[in-house]
Amino acid sequence: MPELAIPPDARTLVLNMGPQHPSTHGVLRLVLELDGETIVRATPDIGYLHTGIEKSCESMTFHQAITLTDRIDYLCPLTNNLCYVLAVEKLLGLEVPPRAQWMRVMLNELTRIASHLVWLGTHAIDIGAMSVFLYCFREREEILNIFETASGQRMMTSYFRVGGLALEPPRDIFPRIENFLKSFPARLQEYEDLLTRNRIWIGRTRGVGILSAEDALDLGVSGPTLRASGIDWDLRRDNPYSSYEKFSFQVPVSTDGDVYARYLLRIAEMRESLKIIRQAIDGLPEGPVQAHAPGVVMPEREKMKTQMEALIYHFKIVTEGFRVPPGEVYQAVESPRGEMGYYVVSDGTSRPYRVKVRSPSFANLQALPKLAEGRLLSDLVACIGTIDIVLGEIDR
Amino acid sequence: MIPHEVAEMPDAAALSEFDPEAVIDGKYDRGELTLVVRADRIQRVCEFLKAQRGYRYLSDVTAVDWFPSEPRFEVIYHLYSHHRKERLRLKSRLSEAAAEIASVVPVWGAANWYEREVFDLFGIQFRGHPHLRRILMPEDWQGHPLRKDYPITGYR
Repeated sequence: MPELAIPPDARTLVLNMGPQHPSTHGVLRLVLELDGETIVRATPDIGYLHTGIEKSCESMTFHQAITLTDRIDYLCPLTNNLCYVLAVEKLLGLEVPPRAQWMRVMLNELTRIASHLVWLGTHAIDIGAMSVFLYCFREREEILNIFETASGQRMMTSYFRVGGLALEPPRDIFPRIENFLKSFPARLQEYEDLLTRNRIWIGRTRGVGILSAEDALDLGVSGPTLRASGIDWDLRRDNPYSSYEKFSFQVPVSTDGDVYARYLLRIAEMRESLKIIRQAIDGLPEGPVQAHAPGVVMPEREKMKTQMEALIYHFKIVTEGFRVPPGEVYQAVESPRGEMGYYVVSDGTSRPYRVKVRSPSFANLQALPKLAEGRLLSDLVACIGTIDIVLGEIDR
Repeated sequence: MIPHEVAEMPDAAALSEFDPEAVIDGKYDRGELTLVVRADRIQRVCEFLKAQRGYRYLSDVTAVDWFPSEPRFEVIYHLYSHHRKERLRLKSRLSEAAAEIASVVPVWGAANWYEREVFDLFGIQFRGHPHLRRILMPEDWQGHPLRKDYPITGYR
C-alpha cells in the first residue's frame, strides 16, 4: 500500500482509482484522499506493467535488444529504437551515413505526430469531446501505414539498426508522406476548430493542473510538460543528435503551465514537426543507408549469396552478435513525452552488461500530485491526460 | 588517481576546491565526463553542484551490479545543467556488505522515485529517503531482480 496518513478525525475518504480505469491510460492506480470532492492527496501506484525489459536486455545481443526497445514506449517505438542505437553507435564509435540520419529524423517526427494524436484523442475523450478521438485515430492510421511501408510493421517497427536503417526505404513511402503532409495541416485545423475556442474545453482545462517552473525542474519533468511551464529546453535543439542541428524549427514555449497551455503547445509542436519532415524530404541526401562496418551491420542478401566473407559475417552476427568495446554512455533524445535516455554499459562482450532506460513519463508522473492536489476530483482526469503518460515506459 | 585531463575540467576543478577528498577518480570518455565520488560525500557534492555549478536537473539515478567483484555496486547519477547544456555523471561505489548511501531527495525531489526503483531492483538502501519502498515489483516480492546473481528464469 502506498503511504497513507489518515488524519485522526478521519474526515477524509480514501478512494481507490484504477488500475483498470478508462482514463488512466493503461494500468495506473491512484490512491486518493478526498475531502468531499476535493483531492487532499493523490498517490500514484505503478508497476502493474513491469515486464523486466532491462533485465531481458542483459541476456540478449546488442542487435536483438532493439526489438525490446519498441515495446517500452509503444506510442513512439521509433524514438526508442533511435535512442538505443545511438547509444550503441556511440559505444562503437560508428558514424552513420547522412541519408540514414535524415530518414531517422523524418520518421521520428512522424512518430511524434502519431504519439501526439493519440494523446490528443484520448485526452479529449476523457474530458468528453468524443469526436476528436475519432478524427485523431483516422490520421494516426495514415502514419502507421507509412511505418508499415518502411518496416513491415505498424507499431513494433525495429527499423533503426546499429549503423543505419534495416533496409533502404521503399520508393512508395515518399508519395505517402507527401500525401500526409498535404492533408494534415487542414486536419489539424479541424481539431483546433473543435477545441481551441470551445467554451466547455476551455472551462475544463484553463487554470487547471498548474505546474510551476520551479516544481517542474525539481521533479525532473521534461518535454512539453516542462516547456508549458516556461522552461525552454528541447534536446533536439540544445543537444542535437542524428543531424537535428541541420534542420530549422521553433520550440514552442508557454508560461501558463496549465492543461490548456500544454494542449496548445503540443498542437504547435505538431506543426513544427511537419516543417521538419518537409525539410527532411526536400533535402534527403543520396547514398547508402548503412555504415560501412562489416561485422556490425548485416551484409546485403545479394552479397551473401556470392561472397564468402559476407556469409561469414552474417553467420557471426546472427549467432554470437558483434562485440562492443567496454565503456558506458548515456544518450538522450527528445521523445514526444520528454527526455528519453538510454544508459548502456558494455563489458566488451556481445551482450549489454546493463541497459537503463530513463523514461520521461516515469519522472513526469511524479508531478501528478502537484497538479491534482487541492483540485476537484473531476479535474484529476484532465491532469492525468495532460502529462501524457505511457505506462509501458513507466513500468518497463 | 584522477587523470590530469579530467582534473582540469571546470566541474572537477570546482569540486576539488570545495572538498579535495570527495572525488577519487574520474574519466572523460566518448565526450562524457564521469566523476567517482566517495559514497559518504555524495549528498554534499550534489548540493554543491546544484547550488554552485548550475546542475538543477537530475535526469536519472541508477545502479550497476559488478558481481562477483568488489566493490559490488555502482550508484550512478546523471545531472544536467540547462544553462550550459551539459551533462555530468557521478558515481559512487558500494560494497555488498555496506550497500547503503545517503539519499539525494533533499537536493532534487525527482530522486524520490529513482531511488525507490534502485532500492527495489538492486536492494541498495538510501539513508534518509522519505519512504523507501518497492515501486515496480509487488510489495511482498523476495529478492532484487536486476542483481546479477538473480537468474532470468527459474527464480521461484
